[in-house]
This record gives sequence, C-alpha cells and structure tokens, in this order.
Amino acid sequence: MTFLSESAAVPLYRLAHSRTGDKGNRSNISVIAWHPALWDVLVAQVTEAAVARHFAARRPKAVARYLLPNLHAMNLVIDDVLDGGVNDALNLDSHGKALSFRLLELSVEVPAELLGHLAGPA
Amino acid sequence: MSTADLPPLLIGCAAGFSGDRTDAAAPVVQALIASGLPAVLIFETLAERTLALAQLVRRSQPDAGYEPLLDELLRPVLAQCLAHGVRIVSNFGAANPLGAARRIRELAQELGTRTPRIAVVQGDDLSGPAHRELLRQALGDGLPAEPIVSANAYIGAQSIADALRAGADVVVCGRVADPSLVLGPAMAHFGWAAGDWDRLARATMAGHLLECGAQVTGGYFADPGYKEVPDLAHLGYPIARIEADGHCTITKPPGTGGRIDERTVKEQLLYELHDPAAYLTPDVVADITQARVAQTGPDSVRLSGVRGHARPDCLKVNVCFEAGWFAEGEISYAGPRAGARARLAGEVLRARLAGVAPLRIDLIGVASVFGDDASQWFDGSGAQAPGDDARDVRLRVAWQHRDHATAQRLVREVTALYCCGPAGGGGVRTAMRPRLGTVSCLVPREAVATGYDWLDQPAADTVMPTRGATA
Repeated sequence: MTFLSESAAVPLYRLAHSRTGDKGNRSNISVIAWHPALWDVLVAQVTEAAVARHFAARRPKAVARYLLPNLHAMNLVIDDVLDGGVNDALNLDSHGKALSFRLLELSVEVPAELLGHLAGPA
Repeated sequence: MSTADLPPLLIGCAAGFSGDRTDAAAPVVQALIASGLPAVLIFETLAERTLALAQLVRRSQPDAGYEPLLDELLRPVLAQCLAHGVRIVSNFGAANPLGAARRIRELAQELGTRTPRIAVVQGDDLSGPAHRELLRQALGDGLPAEPIVSANAYIGAQSIADALRAGADVVVCGRVADPSLVLGPAMAHFGWAAGDWDRLARATMAGHLLECGAQVTGGYFADPGYKEVPDLAHLGYPIARIEADGHCTITKPPGTGGRIDERTVKEQLLYELHDPAAYLTPDVVADITQARVAQTGPDSVRLSGVRGHARPDCLKVNVCFEAGWFAEGEISYAGPRAGARARLAGEVLRARLAGVAPLRIDLIGVASVFGDDASQWFDGSGAQAPGDDARDVRLRVAWQHRDHATAQRLVREVTALYCCGPAGGGGVRTAMRPRLGTVSCLVPREAVATGYDWLDQPAADTVMPTRGATA
C-alpha cells in the first residue's frame, strides 16, 4: 500500500544560498542548492516567471535564468530593477546588494522525501 | 623548458575594492614567500565609480587621483616583496597611475629598499579631447551634454604581461579589466600564445575569483545558523595556485580566519556574471557552463572545466559625467506610535517639497532597501506593511537635482523637522554629494592604443623613456 507523500512550503533559503551582483541597472542573483537532491525542485520552481512575480514591486523589465547543473546553481539576471543602478538610484542600497535575501524569501513546495535535505532551522 | 614543465604560479589578492581592509597583505605575502614558488601580489581597488571620484580629486590636487590608501596597502609589504621577488600588480593607479608610481618610488626610498622597476600601464584614459570624437561616434545621442568627468576603456592583460616579462617589479594600472590583473602575470609566467583561449579563460576565471578579495574566502558569506564563517574579524585573503593548463586552486594563508569551500567559491564564481557561457573580458570570452569546483583539502578548492572563446572585437568604455547633486536626510522616532510619527514626518516633507523632483521616502526599521524609488509601499500600494506600530524607526528621504541650492532644500526641510515636525523626532543627519552619471559604450579595440612606460630608467638602459607598444 502506498500513500501520496505530502509536501511542505518552505522559504527558498532552506534549499539554497545566494549572492547578488550588479552592473548598471541590471542585477544578477545566484541561487545555489544546499544539496544536489534539491536541484530539481529549484529548477522546477525558481523559474523566470516566479522570480518576475516575486520582484513585481520593483518592476523588472526582464528576467533571464541560466542553469549550471554541474554546480547545482543557477544565475538569475534581472533587468532594470535597480532604479538606474549605483549612480542613479536614491535607494540606500543602490547596488541592490540585499536583493538576494529578498529572493530567498520565495516560497517553495518541497516533497516530503526531500525535507531531510533542507538547511538550517525551520 | 616547455610550458608544462614550468612550476605553478601563485597569485595572492590583498584588496577587493577601494576601501577594503588594509592589513590583508602581510599574511598573503608571508604565504607566497614560504611557498618558494614564483609569486605575484595583486590589489584590486577600482569599482565602476571609483575612477570618476578619483578624477574629481585630481582636479583640485593634480598629484593625487590614485588610490588614497596606497601607502597603507603597500608600506607593510613592499620591502619584503622586493626582497623576495614577489611582483606587485594593481589598478591602484586609478586616475593618476604615474602619480601612484612616483609615490611607490618614494615609499621604496623611505623604506630603504633597492630601487624598484615600476611600469605604468597606459591607454585606458579616453577622457581627453583626442578621444572625444571616438566617444561621440560610439555613443551618438547618448553622449552626455553635461561635463564629462572620466572616460576609461577596460583594457586587457597584454601590457601587464609585457611589463612583467621586461622585468617590472611593480605594474601600476588604471582601468584594466579586474581579472586581467591575474591573467597578465599568468601569461607572462607561462608564455601562453595569444589565441590559447581555453588557458586564457581559465586564468581569467581565477582572476574573477580573486578580484573581490575576501569574497571568496568567507567574506560576504556569513549567515548565522546557515552559513558559519570562523573568525570573520580576521579573514585571510585568497591565493590562487595557477597551473600550466590554467586551472587553479584557491587557498588562503594559514592561521587566518574565513573559509574556502565549494559554497564560497560558487557564490563568487557567479558574482556579477550574466550569461555563464559568455563572460566577456577584453582578453577572452570565458565559458563556465562546464566548470566544476571540488574541495581538495581544508580551505582549498579547485576550479576546472572552464573553456574559452575568441576575445571580443570591442572594448567596453565607461563614461562618467556631472549629474547634479544628491541630497539625503534622516531623523529618528522611537517609542509608542513611532512608526506613525515617522510616517507623518514623511508626509510633511512630501508636502513641503512637492513638485520639484521625485522624493524617495524610507522608514528604516519598517521598510527601506527592498522598496523602489517611487516609494510605492509608503503610500500603501506596495507589498510592505505600513508599520505604524513600529517602536524604533528612522525616516530617510532622498532626491537629486541638477541645481545645488534646489537639492539643498531637502536638507533644510529635514532639519526643520526638529521644531516643525511630529513629536519626539531626534538625531537629524543630512548629506549633500555631487552626483555622477554613467553611460557605457563599446569602441573598436584598434582605437585604443595601450602599452606601458617605465617610471625610472632601468640601469644601463636607454636615455629616453621606453614604451612597450602593444596593440
């Protein structure tokens, strides 16, 4: 007899770590799996559309996602999200350095059998 | 001796930006010397804006305009580097590489070392009238009408390599691409052929890992409960061991804080990268899509699998121009209803400053850096909570304007909140800064003549200053 295993919604920071870089008005945010077993979940759910929705308040013009399966990492390139970038923005964080931690708040649905691979305290 | 027989090259990086810690170099140099291997020390001190700021300094102080912390960076290690043949390569020349070179010569005299052979890399500075037409062609209507402060091409590694091959102890650069500070020494050491794209790309990515200093050794990484970093207060800075095929292993000096593992290396590998199949530099197009990182020991990670493609035909140029004034002001509210009082203060400022320029309003402690410049959340239309019940809130406002006196109105209105604003406001701080705008363009590589000059005449050499010409 089999039971349909249950999934749990958790913040992305339990599946991945991340760093933001910037060039002009473009932000790039890496998303790196804590464990190779979590890679497929990241690929399925941290999509260009999901990231664009997550950053909707900053009105990105485009989101491009590049996958690096060898590294269990992806690079998200978000255009026109920095109010002009380091020279033009009025933001205290004109580089958008903090945006990786905004992305890490994204909610991700994780199958029960992978919950043991999650990082950090719940 | 064939390339494969050459010993590895060690390259240590002791600064990742202008303003980095200045006590990083000594342990790096100790480790380089202890290795007994050929070694180079680099300092990377130029961000996108640094050069323009340096140009502004040079206007009022013609001898300045190079890295202001040059003395603090070099004084602890210059004598040892010269004594042990550790070459120094850096972009700390900023807007005045010749001025930096002169200061290094003085510093060597003060320290009583032998006279260093100092090479000054030339060609990146396109701010003069001779290059204005080139910029006009490249930018078209995008050429700023405002006065141009700086225009610099990101030049590549060739002049650095040539200067090192000619015997330079110190190579002073202005704007070179950051990874070229590592690629140049590797080209000089291994004698790689131009067009050996895979090897050039591998050393370029070694440079990419080093160029932000401690960002690969545990800096900019710690997140308590998730990513622990030992002794963040005493981070060791990175050393790359570059092999004859260009692959590299990243380590750090023994006894220093920080950590190097696959996670720190992956974060830095992707830092400020766009398409991982095409990382553009003046020297090569690097492709990391097949790259691998592997822990090879404690605080030791090897990068392999990087491939390269032919370098771009154009060089990137950053042009900075005067863009008016930036003004900001802050005031704190604490205790019951602090959030509501800070919000009211923001509304007062918005009314007093209406119709002049877009005003950004932050309630630090409630919502600030995640919001956009339109302050949507402040109006309740964004995703953030209003936070009126927050108990310790700092109101911050900012704007920019072409005219100094107009920009300064914000400063005066924030200050006036002391008497005219909501109850209990305190701790006003204000700032006014000149604003620099930036535009980028591409220019044909052939339009930028690069090379190096010697600061001092090498003993028994020619009378006229020599210039090593490179295309």
